[in-house]
Amino acid sequence: MNAQIRRLGLAMAALFVVLFVSVNYIQVWNSSAIANNPANARLIYQQFDVDRGDILAADQRTVLAKSVETHGRLTFLRKYPQGPLYAHITGFFSVKCSRTRLESTYNDLLGARSTDLLSTTIEDEILDRPKRGATVVTTIDPNLQRIAHRELRDAAPNGGAVVAMDPSTGEIKAMVTIPQFDPNSVTVRSLQGEEDACKELRANNGRLLLSDATDEIFPPGSTFKLVDLSAALESGLTLHTQLPNPHELDLPQTDLKLENFGGEHCAGGAPKITLEEAFVESCNVTFGKLGLELGAQALFDQATAYGFDQHVPFDIPFSEGHFNDPSFFEDRKPAIAFSAIGQQDVGANPLQMALIASAIANGGTEMEPHLVKEIRDPNGTVLKSFGPTVFGHPISPRTAVDMTRVMTEVVQRGTGTAAQIQGVTVAGKTGTAQTASGAPHAWFVCFAPAEHPTIAVAVVVLNGGNLANEATGGHVAAPIARAVIEASLGRG
Amino acid sequence: MIEAQRGTGRARSGAQLALTILALVLAAGATILVKLGLGARAGPKLAYFVALFAVGYLAGHFAIRRLAPAAEPAFFPAAGLLAGLGFAMIYRLDASLAIDQAWWMVIGLLAFIGTLAVVRDHRSLDGYTYTIGLLAVVLLLLPILPGIGLQINGARVWIHLGHLTFQPAEIGKVLIAVFLASFLNSRKEMLQMAPRRLGPFHLPQAKDLGPVLLAWGVALAVLFFEKDLGQSMLYFGIFVVMLWVATARPAYLLIGLVLFAAAALFAIATVSHVGDRVDVWLHATNPSFVFDKGFQLAQGEFAMATGGIGGTGLGQGLPGIIPYAATDFIFAAIGEELGVIGTTGVLLLFAVLVGKGLKTATEQADGFGKLLAAGLSTILGIQAFIIVGGITRVIPLTGVTLPFVSYGGSSLVSNFILLALLVRISSGPAPRRRRGRPLKPPPAAPPAEPATASPTEVIR
Repeated sequence: MNAQIRRLGLAMAALFVVLFVSVNYIQVWNSSAIANNPANARLIYQQFDVDRGDILAADQRTVLAKSVETHGRLTFLRKYPQGPLYAHITGFFSVKCSRTRLESTYNDLLGARSTDLLSTTIEDEILDRPKRGATVVTTIDPNLQRIAHRELRDAAPNGGAVVAMDPSTGEIKAMVTIPQFDPNSVTVRSLQGEEDACKELRANNGRLLLSDATDEIFPPGSTFKLVDLSAALESGLTLHTQLPNPHELDLPQTDLKLENFGGEHCAGGAPKITLEEAFVESCNVTFGKLGLELGAQALFDQATAYGFDQHVPFDIPFSEGHFNDPSFFEDRKPAIAFSAIGQQDVGANPLQMALIASAIANGGTEMEPHLVKEIRDPNGTVLKSFGPTVFGHPISPRTAVDMTRVMTEVVQRGTGTAAQIQGVTVAGKTGTAQTASGAPHAWFVCFAPAEHPTIAVAVVVLNGGNLANEATGGHVAAPIARAVIEASLGRG
Repeated sequence: MIEAQRGTGRARSGAQLALTILALVLAAGATILVKLGLGARAGPKLAYFVALFAVGYLAGHFAIRRLAPAAEPAFFPAAGLLAGLGFAMIYRLDASLAIDQAWWMVIGLLAFIGTLAVVRDHRSLDGYTYTIGLLAVVLLLLPILPGIGLQINGARVWIHLGHLTFQPAEIGKVLIAVFLASFLNSRKEMLQMAPRRLGPFHLPQAKDLGPVLLAWGVALAVLFFEKDLGQSMLYFGIFVVMLWVATARPAYLLIGLVLFAAAALFAIATVSHVGDRVDVWLHATNPSFVFDKGFQLAQGEFAMATGGIGGTGLGQGLPGIIPYAATDFIFAAIGEELGVIGTTGVLLLFAVLVGKGLKTATEQADGFGKLLAAGLSTILGIQAFIIVGGITRVIPLTGVTLPFVSYGGSSLVSNFILLALLVRISSGPAPRRRRGRPLKPPPAAPPAEPATASPTEVIR
């Protein structure tokens, strides 16, 4: 029997060798690959051992996000003292709902994982205290943000967004979307509570989580005439160029006709109309014809020069505007006319339109938008600061001057009179975009003061807002933009 | 001869004392480290726990010295160190579980000493073959009975009496080893007769296959009625291994494996609880499993990988994330906080227990002692392999305890009884003490053996 027992011993030894190999495989040879699996709950919990840095408004006093110590399984929890107002800017930092927006973009700095924080991290290690993350100072003006939200909330029951930026630096001063949600709901102590709240937020394809200012794109309607006019002026036309002014436009390849807003006839029914007058009155017929003459390529080139279908660097996800590729229009000529008036497949959001307004306001130079002014380490030393960066030169300075002039006309005597401010020249363009589903989207894109612009604003009110089918960009969106400009210029 | 025997006993006793002190210092030290690591969360019972190790382990040592003086000196300290490490980990995971476990440790040590005192000669067990066999089968099948059987986490391996629950199979496995040793020792000649040949294999006669089929039936019943692949694997493993050791017929191994594989495949296909485990084994970290069915296995693997070589340190990791960290997954929890050093240590301690157990088996003069020591060692080896192999994804995970280490009363007490039997066999019959007389040498002393059990084998 002893021979058998010795063989049994060898068999047992073989089993233990197998275990030694498997244990060493997991714990030594392949340990880092296994441990860094994103599903490793330890990695998630470890992030909550860090005294994550604050996110502040531009005034450096208004706290948008901060860490509070708990005595539960998670050492720190994230709190958003301003509630829903900044939810689509800061995003959130949650165990069960992951992290989004600034909380995600600047995670390494906020969460003290960046080597930029090496010195304070070593300090924290030596003093045996939780690691402290960097502070992110945003460009948001809390006063402007609050007013933009107040105005939008009252006017846009179906959703909408406002973006206000400094045209010369690209700093975003306010960025509001409706509907909002409270990011505190997904950063609670109970993980089950977080999971339930997260599920609720993600319902309806995450509609609440999406920002109308940056994530979604909508037909820009007549505000897209800013792009047409830019292309026209860049191609050599002038504001005084006479264009045909029919009552309606017969479109090639189809029986469809293009009409002006409300079926009106521009310039009192005169046979010709200047480019300037057509813009101020927002004549669809003339701009449709202009679009056909300039061609899809010219419109596309101008749109992409403003950032459409390009990558525009930004601190949080940004869906740039969209204009169909010229090849699309080859056997669809009428689509060019519809695209020229911001319908068909053209899409943009308030951030994209604010970039266009800013480029015009800034003499033809488009700045990259940015949300973060500076990043400071836990001891207050500035680690990084973000100054103005040029995105491109979509139009010449001369075109910019001409466009500014006609945009001020729009506000003085055209469709945008609701944006007038006593003592301030506002330059703007309205838009009322037809939608497949119900009432039109009302747009207003503007900047002020026209002489030395300091603020550019783009507003969209979805599906008519509180005016429903009666809504126009001039009636619904322009007053919101006016309130934001007034607040920005200290006249609120 | 007598002098040599005594000398050996004294040397062994000294080695055992040194090892026991080492085990109790390490166990108490780990427990104190947990207290330091957790601070206020650890509860106020630290002094009791340290006293338990000091008093309990020394009591165990002196009981062996009195009742089984020639015992293999590594058994008790190795098991004690495993139990101590397990206790420190349980304490770290949940201080309230540690209080339960401390009581079970007391009961386990009393059961250990009691077994040594009652079973004064292992050969006395040879006389109760069928009583013990019947008792074992009853215990194994008890959870199937409605009324007292209790299904927890898909497996019906528990019984409850009032509000006490225990796993009768834990003690059943010890009894089945005793029964098999006795039964096979008396039948081994018959089973060895193999009139027919099939290729290189000698085929036993159909009537001699009876016991194999019986074991297969019991294992099947466990598998299908109790839905417990792990226990079923363990019984079947013990049975086949002991049959093979007793008869030296590889045909039994082959037949056993084929029968078990057939049953296991059938179970995988038909019992969803068992089939799931195979899926999870193959796809634990797959995104569709990792937060669902594969969560435990994946988090166990992440825990071990996070621990790496040196571990996070006791109380510094997050082993509490793993479901059932104190019972089935205690090995992964040790891996996280003590690293590969800790897990290797645990495996080495099991290797020592199994190795010394098999060595004890080869040293026995009687067939029953040989078979019993081999069977008991096999239980420890296979059970450790089933759970550690399951956690490290060598085989599908099945919930068995890691002997001595896991939280759980039935397991701890049964394994201390198992250990007492190994200690008893290794020492030979207890010395009879008469007042005023020197110790008489045991009647049939096991062959003398040089004191090769060097302590370094355990300390590694």
